[in-house]
Amino acid sequence: MSTRNIFARPARLAAIAPWLWMLLFFLVPFGFVLKISLSQTAIAQPPYVPVFDLTQGFAAIKAALAALSLDNFKLLVSDDLYVLSYLRSLVVAAVSTSILLLIGYPVAYGMARLPQRWQAVAMMLVIVPFWTSFLIRIYAWINILQHDGLLNKILLALHLVSAPVVWLSTDSAMYLGIVYSYLPFMILPLYATLAKMEPSLLEAAADLGSSPRQAFWLVTFPLSLPGVAAGVLLCFIPIVGEFVIPDLLAGSDSLMIGQTLWLEFFTNKDWPVAAAAAVVLLLLLVLPLILYDRLQRRQLEQAR
Amino acid sequence: MGLASEMAEEFSKTEPQQDVADIPLLRIDAAVKKFGTFRAVDRLSLDIRAGEFFALLGPSGCGKTTLLRMLAGFETPDEGRILLGGEDIAQMLPHQRPVNMMFQNYALFPHLSVRDNIAFGLKRAGMPRPQIDIRVAEMVALVKLEGLEKRRPDQLSGGQKQRVALARSLARRPRVLLLDEPLAALDKKLRESTQFELMELQRRLGMTFVIVTHDQEEAMTVADRIGVMDSGRLEQVATPRELYEAPVSRWVAEFVGDINILEGQLETREAGRLMVSTRDAGTITVAEPRHAVTKATLCVAIRPEKVKLSRRGPVSDALHSHAINRLEGVVTDVSYLGGVTSYKVKLDSGAVLRSSMANTARIDIDAYSASQRVVAWFTPDDCVVLEQ
Repeated sequence: MSTRNIFARPARLAAIAPWLWMLLFFLVPFGFVLKISLSQTAIAQPPYVPVFDLTQGFAAIKAALAALSLDNFKLLVSDDLYVLSYLRSLVVAAVSTSILLLIGYPVAYGMARLPQRWQAVAMMLVIVPFWTSFLIRIYAWINILQHDGLLNKILLALHLVSAPVVWLSTDSAMYLGIVYSYLPFMILPLYATLAKMEPSLLEAAADLGSSPRQAFWLVTFPLSLPGVAAGVLLCFIPIVGEFVIPDLLAGSDSLMIGQTLWLEFFTNKDWPVAAAAAVVLLLLLVLPLILYDRLQRRQLEQAR
Repeated sequence: MGLASEMAEEFSKTEPQQDVADIPLLRIDAAVKKFGTFRAVDRLSLDIRAGEFFALLGPSGCGKTTLLRMLAGFETPDEGRILLGGEDIAQMLPHQRPVNMMFQNYALFPHLSVRDNIAFGLKRAGMPRPQIDIRVAEMVALVKLEGLEKRRPDQLSGGQKQRVALARSLARRPRVLLLDEPLAALDKKLRESTQFELMELQRRLGMTFVIVTHDQEEAMTVADRIGVMDSGRLEQVATPRELYEAPVSRWVAEFVGDINILEGQLETREAGRLMVSTRDAGTITVAEPRHAVTKATLCVAIRPEKVKLSRRGPVSDALHSHAINRLEGVVTDVSYLGGVTSYKVKLDSGAVLRSSMANTARIDIDAYSASQRVVAWFTPDDCVVLEQ
């Protein structure tokens, strides 16, 4: 009983902390964004109307509320630019995540089967790129991929091409950058599920007549599905909103929603439309986010 | 080696009079398994007969699990042969062998139901669906798991998991069932009742079981024969009774059950009796063993329950009284264990002799207490003579 009393208050406070965090750094800012998305653009400071001004009294606030509209959202639906940006984001995220899974699964599988002390080394090697700033790594890729960059030099030296190949500002470069940057997020959850799998399960499968290939598809793969789902969602969700990599490595003929959003906000100074685009993006990602949350909860329950 | 095995085959072909029943189902022939320079299994040979319940017993690290894993195909012997029904399976992959294993931690597939776990091996064997259903139902009934077919392993108790593992490994009707410490995870009561169920099952199915265990009581309870292993070799292969009453070495005698060991020198030999002069207990008369005694330095081994205590020495038996060994000493320790009471008697030489006496009466007026002076006695036939 006494121990419960000692821990009750700190435990309750600790439970409040994440909610407080969410309130301060997600819900309140999201409230602002939502409000701006319902406003109209204006040449003013801030660049939108109406503005809630509590000093003007209740009537003014009522008027401001009445001035809010869904016009920006109607624009998003009616203008191809936005619809295409959303679609491109979803396609890029889906393609990248598929490539990531195809590369990440064998790597994680190989890591999990290494001798114990080599597993730690392999893990370090996966994490080590994080020690360098993400931006610097992307700029390094620009260096490698540019006209007289390392890649073209090697290809020319090996006589594989007769003239430098255009790599930069292509979708290939963008996919390369995304896959390179997100690979650890795919490998680590996969490795975690594969590494904790009982080796005796594979022996049991073999004992009961499965060839190694059958054992993989009947035992290893189904049991690694939680890791697959975690890795896929962990990559897919942020890639949809990705801005830096497509902006630096891809061409400018088609934009991902993150780039469109940036354009609206900084170049066109159209905060309300940018805010509306952000709100829709969030709604698009709610479904995968809920899925990810469910998955994590289920794993926690199983671990208990 | 190749020539020798060919010759052996030739030899067996030219001997039609050999009874089929005499050919062992499983023959391990000079098997060696090395891990680096460590020999986990060291030129071990063993025959296991069809329908036998065979136990491999030994301390941890003795190589018994490695041997079992070689039978299952998870390890490949570096040397030697493993013959199953005359066919060398030593290099055969696990999924091609007609043997199945029940794993120590059960290794049930957590993503499959009880039914699908049991059906797993049948599907791999390409059995048609209706037959699979029949076989699974049969197995479920055999291990009394009716009603739990749809459960996942994490919804089962330890005892239920053990039964699923057993059913799964029996479903393919293996020629040999290998059991790796199958009851280690169960509590004592459940373990004991399951031991009897295993024996009953084995007898009913007429199958060949090979069990690995470090628990000698378990081995003695379930097995027809026991192979005691140490450092990758078989120390003794015998029935439980032989193993206990006639161990072949001091190591086996000390490993299986409790025993008093008295070291000494062979003095004289007369009329089926050996006189051994021991440092701790004077001259002891022992029955001459069947195997020839070649060395002068011997061990006399006596199980504690063969050492009787009395206040004045044994009730005189006219025929044997001259040969009965009597040792005087003081009781130093009394442990009442329910069925038996275990005593430690400090002999006048300073050596300690253990004795255990069955508590055959509820009210025991003959119980001894600490610091009481007693005579410990045993007959020449109670002693086992071992060479060092």
